[in-house]
Amino acid sequence: MSDDHGVHDPDHADAPHPGTQNDIELSDRAKRALAIQKLLIEKGVLDKDEVQRVVHTMSARSPADGAKVVARAWVDPESKQRLLTDARAAVAEMGYTLTHDAELAALENTEELHHLVVCTLCSCYPGSLLGPPPDWYKSFAYRSRAVVEPRSVMREFGLEQDESVEVRVMDSTADLRYLVLPERPPGTEGMSEEELAKLVTRDSMIGVTNPRSPQTVTA
Amino acid sequence: MEATTQARYGPGDAVKVRSDTPQRHHRTPWYIKGKTGRVVVLCGVFPNPESRAYGGDGLPRQPLYRVEFDQTSIWEDGYKGPSADTILVDVYEEWLEPACRILRRNQ
Repeated sequence: MSDDHGVHDPDHADAPHPGTQNDIELSDRAKRALAIQKLLIEKGVLDKDEVQRVVHTMSARSPADGAKVVARAWVDPESKQRLLTDARAAVAEMGYTLTHDAELAALENTEELHHLVVCTLCSCYPGSLLGPPPDWYKSFAYRSRAVVEPRSVMREFGLEQDESVEVRVMDSTADLRYLVLPERPPGTEGMSEEELAKLVTRDSMIGVTNPRSPQTVTA
Repeated sequence: MEATTQARYGPGDAVKVRSDTPQRHHRTPWYIKGKTGRVVVLCGVFPNPESRAYGGDGLPRQPLYRVEFDQTSIWEDGYKGPSADTILVDVYEEWLEPACRILRRNQ
């Protein structure tokens, strides 16, 4: 699914997680993870129903949730300030509880500053707001290249960043999960919060691309 | 009741990352070891992952900082982008030492 030459592989961008489908060839790592899971359940350390419940809860979240949070911040300066100073409280007020012990923080993109999020150590990701991460985000290719050549990675996703813009990579190594608050696209004045949310893509909340422009969205 | 933890560093402080290479699980990535950066903010106080990874309780909790590094100081000639580009990493306090004051490259 990940290849050595690039990161973005549209054909496999959303391949299912092992364990949720039986008709795909599992990698050795996936087989090992499933074997450990089976053993933990057999030994009574994990409860099978609890595992299913957590998988279901995490899978039920989707980038549409994060998009609503971003759109709210775009239209309401107080919500934006709340998101930037206390993201957990801000998203809770919109009805989203974080599904893990980690904290959440929002990183604001501006005309002069662009953030890109990665987890080099594993694949920490704000799943509470974006749902399960895409395979490319978890790949060795992304995790190793995002820190040393972020501009090349973004270029592969179609984003050419001007040299006058500071590119700031965020390696989420610890207990915080990071959500990029992208810049509101130009030409969106007067759009409703619901219409704005449609412009916010998962990839723009990771930082590999920018949100869609209003011209690209069909009515 | 665990003791209150006093954070040693504050925003703007220059810090150097320890160069240790312990065999146990630790969450300080190799590429910042031995490097000097600037504390952006105290993220909070969190359980110690080096204890939790082995079934420990993670106490005492430890201050965690968001530390900013210039990409050109991390990768040197290996970084092909502008000198203003940066990388932020969340680092636990025990991995940091005070460093001499440093200026940002673009100041």
